[in-house]
Amino acid sequence: MARTLITAPSSARRGEVITLRVLLQHPMESGFRVGADGQLLPRDIVRHFSCSYNGERVIAVELFPAIAANPYLEFSALALDSGTLDFVWEGDRGFRHSEQRTISVA
Amino acid sequence: MRAWRCALLALAGLAAMAQPLPDGRRSGFEYMGESTRAMQRDDALNPGMLWVLEGETAWSQPVGAEGRSCASCHGDARRSMRGVAARYPAFDTARQRPIDLRQRIADCRHKLQPQAITAGDAPPALALQAYVAFQSRGLPITPPDDPRLEPARERGRQLFHQRLGQLDLACSDCHDAHAGRRLGGSPIPQAHPTGYPIYRLEWQGLGSLQRRLRACLSGVRAAPFAWGAPEWIELELFLAWRARGMALESPGVRP
Amino acid sequence: MKRRALVMAAGIVVLPPAWATPEALAAAIRSFTGGEPLREGKVQLDVATLVDNGNTVPVTVSVPGAPAAEVAALALFNERNPQSDVLRVDFGPRAATRSVSTRIRLATSQQLVAVARLADGSCWVQRVDVVVTLAACIE
Repeated sequence: MARTLITAPSSARRGEVITLRVLLQHPMESGFRVGADGQLLPRDIVRHFSCSYNGERVIAVELFPAIAANPYLEFSALALDSGTLDFVWEGDRGFRHSEQRTISVA
Repeated sequence: MRAWRCALLALAGLAAMAQPLPDGRRSGFEYMGESTRAMQRDDALNPGMLWVLEGETAWSQPVGAEGRSCASCHGDARRSMRGVAARYPAFDTARQRPIDLRQRIADCRHKLQPQAITAGDAPPALALQAYVAFQSRGLPITPPDDPRLEPARERGRQLFHQRLGQLDLACSDCHDAHAGRRLGGSPIPQAHPTGYPIYRLEWQGLGSLQRRLRACLSGVRAAPFAWGAPEWIELELFLAWRARGMALESPGVRP
Repeated sequence: MKRRALVMAAGIVVLPPAWATPEALAAAIRSFTGGEPLREGKVQLDVATLVDNGNTVPVTVSVPGAPAAEVAALALFNERNPQSDVLRVDFGPRAATRSVSTRIRLATSQQLVAVARLADGSCWVQRVDVVVTLAACIE
């Protein structure tokens, strides 16, 4: 199970801009590095990240090997109603990890 | 959220972190660019916190035949482990020699789980080291006032001043004589172990002081001592004494 | 000293010249813009011009000042990594400010190119030159 560190407010005012920060523990092996045996280390990266707010898309990111290990993303969303924030990472070797956070909006 | 609880508790110590001392000693934090410093300062950005969280989980995870965990004996780490990392390396009465925090944690782990892999920077042990060190964040490095540590600390001091490797450089040549200047574009810090275990950008991962010192020896083209060799502990003892009173920043971020 | 000459230890980046070309960069940008000409302005790229370590470089790409609904997508490209793309971002209806921050890898000192594609199809660019220092004393 991949470890994440998600910073998202648990509550907000209606119409407020909320900042979401996500950090995922992942080597993001670029596929361009050479191992001790002289062989290319195979690529193993997270390729997609998406965030939805009550099912509606906030952001969709396509990540390439140039994204650093333990990928960090910071973006913002509009707090319109209470509900659920969904975070999904997908990548090489069938990697898929999802997290949820609830938010109450008044 | 767990991460926020940890961060709030350590907030009191954050103000004291990485302040230059009147005697001119400065943490490696001061030599970094602003964006790297921001990465360390903010727990939401600090990649080392991923390992601290992993260590927090491991702390309460039952292991071994009797299903005990660190918490079984030590309870809440925020209380029981506060100040511990700040006073390592310390003298181990059983072995009659100094040991580092990694060895201390390994000894405990082996009591619960004899087959546990704790050598080098093995992942579960490293995460626990990060979690325990985090409990001392903001506290001053406090080497124990233990006369039994003196011979090893003196050997560490000699090692620090001993020329090594093909480049024939001693630690003191760069980190005492040329601290603050640059080596091929990179600033030379004073080499105080204020952030360990650190998230080193070069490793793109977390690592111990011992791992970092190995890189130092490779840097002067010397063969590093074996993992766990007494020379490392002696050096760490001297470095801790040299950095006494400086605030711990664990988990630090360093280039 | 050429970085390729330093390929001795494990984990060193190999930079085959066939990939790191201006043509590859132009092609990558074209695949994002659809051939729309680039105009200077609107998009902002925040990055330190002297980085501590090329393995982890914090960057922020944003379009300050433009109404959110105007900005459809952002992309970041590089000049000298083996691959020109760094990231591409599509904003949905719940996005607020058109801004994304992340941390990237830079193989060497080079130019970063940030491109914003607006809802009206126009494409805007900002280029920043970044100097990357190598870490001293590595394993």
